[in-house]
Amino acid sequence: MTRFLLRRLLLALVTLWLLSLIVFLAANLLSGDVGRRILGPFADPRAVASLNHRLGVDRPILVQYLSWLGGALHFDFGNSLSYREPVSGLLGRALVNSLKLGAVAFVIVVPLGILGGVVAALNRGRFLDRLITVAGLSATVVPEFVSGIVLIILLGITLRLLPITAQAPDGSGPLTQVYYLIMPALPLVLVLFGYLARIARAGMIEALEADYTRTAVLKGLPQRTVIFRHVMRNALLPTIAVVATQTGYLIGGLVVIEFIFNYQGIGQLLYTAAEHKDFPLLQAGVMVVGVVYLTATLLADLAYSLLNPRIRHGAAS
Amino acid sequence: MNVAAVPVERVAEQRTTVRRERIRLLLRSPTFIAGAVIVGTWVVCAIGGTHLTPYDPFATDPLNRLRPPSARHLFGTDQLGRDVLSRVVAGARGILIVAPLATLLGTVAGTALGLVTGYFRGVVDEVLMRLVDAFRALPVVIVGMLGLVALGPSTVTVILVIGIVFTPIVARPVRAAVLTQRGQEYVQAARLRRERAPYILFVELLPNVLAPVLVEFTVRLGYAIFATATLSFLGFGIQPPAPDWGLTIFEHYGFISGGYWWPVLFPALAIASLVVGVNLVSDGTSQALER
Repeated sequence: MTRFLLRRLLLALVTLWLLSLIVFLAANLLSGDVGRRILGPFADPRAVASLNHRLGVDRPILVQYLSWLGGALHFDFGNSLSYREPVSGLLGRALVNSLKLGAVAFVIVVPLGILGGVVAALNRGRFLDRLITVAGLSATVVPEFVSGIVLIILLGITLRLLPITAQAPDGSGPLTQVYYLIMPALPLVLVLFGYLARIARAGMIEALEADYTRTAVLKGLPQRTVIFRHVMRNALLPTIAVVATQTGYLIGGLVVIEFIFNYQGIGQLLYTAAEHKDFPLLQAGVMVVGVVYLTATLLADLAYSLLNPRIRHGAAS
Repeated sequence: MNVAAVPVERVAEQRTTVRRERIRLLLRSPTFIAGAVIVGTWVVCAIGGTHLTPYDPFATDPLNRLRPPSARHLFGTDQLGRDVLSRVVAGARGILIVAPLATLLGTVAGTALGLVTGYFRGVVDEVLMRLVDAFRALPVVIVGMLGLVALGPSTVTVILVIGIVFTPIVARPVRAAVLTQRGQEYVQAARLRRERAPYILFVELLPNVLAPVLVEFTVRLGYAIFATATLSFLGFGIQPPAPDWGLTIFEHYGFISGGYWWPVLFPALAIASLVVGVNLVSDGTSQALER
């Protein structure tokens, strides 16, 4: 298994490096004359040249890339052009906020999705099954900003059930913070629920039809024991593996949701960076997104291989 | 199966019967019908455009700004006094042009990529696949932001961005299909005939991998609509004064807290219904094809 993991890690690192190359090249080809943009069209050309020299953007692109990469490995991404602060500080805070939001969404959607899938599988073919499947499918395809806005209108304004600002007042305890985060987490939950429920349902059906289930029933075990001790464990295997692969959609959704709720997360930060053409921030932010995605998929592979002994002991070739 | 023993006319007849049977199954499926009705309605709106709207979607009426839904304006008026119902109906055209175009771009590019990597393999395959993986790590929205910065917000930006994001996603199944096909005899026969690579790729292989390509296209179309609406909502895509749904939500979303929910809710429901409709159709189709 270690060989398998090492190989995956190596591939992930190569992909990460390629990503850094793509992002850096894209950002630099697009940035144009940085000094001119900061100082404005009426500034003296010598001042522009001097600023460019100070920012280091007049060096050859390869040198710039290596210098940036070197800094990146120390988590030093330079200074943001719009915030005049080190990028790493901004990113760090934003990442923590986004992770909180993602965690709340996760904690809600994983049990809910699994429950939905299990119930659907146990009632297979009947109305409840179709209801859950179709509802899940429909919820998945609705864009987060649509469901987010509808939820704001319904739950926040008309019924006044939940607060519509995602940011809890400063100094609130974790429970209050979570309370404020429920509303923004809901659109994410809706988008992810359908897929999770579908995978859980498929896994559950497969497990229910397996031989070991028949054995357990024939042994005379009560239905509850059969389901909880034998069926569930095997049914949940593909679900867990799948959960991490949804990170890509989660991150994409975060940008929109943070925009709607004005939440200081990484999505909001990237949006501002894109608007103001703040390339150091944009580069670093996109890299962070890529790292998170690749880490999540790596962890998913790891979890899957841990839970599936066939992979752990090397597949019989 | 001894094909020589069965007359050609009989085989053709059987194929038509199978196809007719499938179409009949399709027309009976409630999911497909529901989806088709929804999508059909929006297609009619897109084609009809301004001929179907009660008011001109671009006609502003500053004296009647932000009026709630009433008998005169079924969906109310927006911040410039334009009739929301008209703008919702007219907005169908934009999204129903952009999304299929973007999907087409992504599918064509992705198919080409899949064909090349699947057929040539070796270093080219490895390098391109790593690049593909790197691109897949970036969600549509993020690439959209980079596109915004590069090309400025416009309809073309949206099409290009979505097309670029879809290319690696489509390339994977195409590549897989090519990998299974390249060992077949007709490919080897073509190579023995000294046919050049482009010929083999496009005349021999392509028709045989069309099945997964078509499936990918229909799946991607749903996601394209999703992505187009999202990018317009963030201000990256279709620009004012177009009656685009995402754009309208973007323009009026600040008014919600003041209680002006109608310019936002109706386009939102329009988007939701369209994406659900498209997915019901593709789901119904895949179910019918499975049987």
